[in-house]
Amino acid sequence: MVQAHARKNSWLGDVKMNWDLLFQLMINGIIVGLLYGVVAMCFVLIYKSTQVVNFAQGEFLVLGAWVCWFFVMKWQLPFVLAFIFAMAFMTIFGILVQMVILRPLIGEPIISVIMVTIGLSIFMQALMNWVFGNSAERFPSVFGDETISIGGLQVETAYLMSLVLSLVVMGLFYYFFKFSRYGLAMRATAFNQQVAQSLGISVKQVFAMAWAISALVSCIAGVVLGLVNAVSNSLAIIGIKVFPAVIVGGLDSIVGAVIGGVIIGLLENLAEFFDGQFFHIGNMYTVAPFYVLIIILMIRPYGLFGTKDIERI
Amino acid sequence: MSSVSQLQNPTQDGTILAVNNIEVVFNDVILVLRGLNLTAERGKITALLGANGAGKSTTLKAIAGLLGSEDGEVSRGDIVYNGMNITQMSPEQRVRNGTFLVMEGRGIVQDMTVIENLRLGAFTQPQKNVAEDMEKVFNYFPRLRERTGLAGYLSGGEQQMLAIGRALMARPNLIMMDEPSMGLSPLLVKEVFGIIKRMNEELGISVLLVEQNANMALRAADYGYIMENGKIVLDGTAEELMNNEDVKEFYLGGGGNERKSFKNIKSFKRRKRWL
Repeated sequence: MVQAHARKNSWLGDVKMNWDLLFQLMINGIIVGLLYGVVAMCFVLIYKSTQVVNFAQGEFLVLGAWVCWFFVMKWQLPFVLAFIFAMAFMTIFGILVQMVILRPLIGEPIISVIMVTIGLSIFMQALMNWVFGNSAERFPSVFGDETISIGGLQVETAYLMSLVLSLVVMGLFYYFFKFSRYGLAMRATAFNQQVAQSLGISVKQVFAMAWAISALVSCIAGVVLGLVNAVSNSLAIIGIKVFPAVIVGGLDSIVGAVIGGVIIGLLENLAEFFDGQFFHIGNMYTVAPFYVLIIILMIRPYGLFGTKDIERI
Repeated sequence: MSSVSQLQNPTQDGTILAVNNIEVVFNDVILVLRGLNLTAERGKITALLGANGAGKSTTLKAIAGLLGSEDGEVSRGDIVYNGMNITQMSPEQRVRNGTFLVMEGRGIVQDMTVIENLRLGAFTQPQKNVAEDMEKVFNYFPRLRERTGLAGYLSGGEQQMLAIGRALMARPNLIMMDEPSMGLSPLLVKEVFGIIKRMNEELGISVLLVEQNANMALRAADYGYIMENGKIVLDGTAEELMNNEDVKEFYLGGGGNERKSFKNIKSFKRRKRWL
């Protein structure tokens, strides 16, 4: 009805803006964007401390979601327990990936490492297709479908939970890197590996830790997405959507990753709004972030918060 | 070769560090240290002097175990610290055993605060010591207490003090310093050497000092080595070295105030120490 109304009038004419819808979509954008931010943080964490561009980030997330789904549906574990088990599984998985696949590649050219992570992503896609099938599976409804009204806006509980978890993860990241000694060690390693070694920090341990944390947090994001939508291999597309977020924010800035995530989330939803209301091109939702990616790469190739000397790939 | 390592018995009480006839090779082909010997006495300051490219920093990195990240390795000889052979030990294990290298250019993490840098120094220490040790460091360097911003914005002298303070946080027995005077004004150089002397005397920490500024280094040190082309060519107590004609000529910039002309050039025959 809204669309018909908009179509009747030229979009510069006496169109009434649908403020409620716009507002609703912006809230959605922020919530989804924060989730992008969380995944982008994982990506930046690995890039910053180990100089590896992890193209398998999306698959990490899907694997986490599948494992949690598996524990809930097949082993009939209560959701919280399954979630904890899945996180533990992914932590170990992250460490193993680093030790078995990436450690032998230290010192190899960056293109080799990139090819390996792309290969890992394809391998994991195929493996999950084989083990879990390629149809989408729903979690048993954990939070129900009820919505909560906040200031006249209807927000689904699942979205709200996603918002809370994203903020908690970000808070923990902040605490970890600011106050814990392992967080400081990771920052020192990111700054200069030789300096870190001279301080008694084991760079190998830091690398393993970066992958462990990244896999763990990806698992959280994956389970949240699985709850909101459904678990399916196509969720790995988030791993690609995170690229615009990371590049907007700057490849090596964790704060930038969060802000980049929110920008991309908002942009997607705004694109959907304006497309639905005025342009009727269709699917602008999916492509808008990538237009922004191209523009950002042309104007500020190191991102909004990144350091300028980053090697581009 | 074996006679050399017997000569410098590492288990001898006074010796904290003995480097026995080490060779260091980069990329499997570039030989940088060719049979280097030196010892550092417990509780003393030992200076290692030499021109650019002589291999001084490489020596320190070999002792700290940091050659791996530069594609270098100790291909022959051994490094004995406190009676332990540490030649193949991982760098973090060496720090835990009580050696600490303050790297050239100080190695301060620029995008961290002073306190975070100090906490990094205590990475290998139990966390209950941190508050106490930090108080000690701030007593040594009261100026650092007031600096709350990022370490990258500190002046060169303050960064050097922070680097020394960070080393103290690790409670080392042997501190290796790579060019502490680099990029500092003469007055600050004096201050930094004063601090090194003080921490050596008050805390009993042994120091191995690499310097270009031979004059300052020999004044602070007890014993000195002079390196050329990856080898020790001369050693002796600081006093002996300061009075040595060759050292004066080549490293201390002495040789009188009279104008020199090419007429007077004579070829110097340096006394080499052949091991």
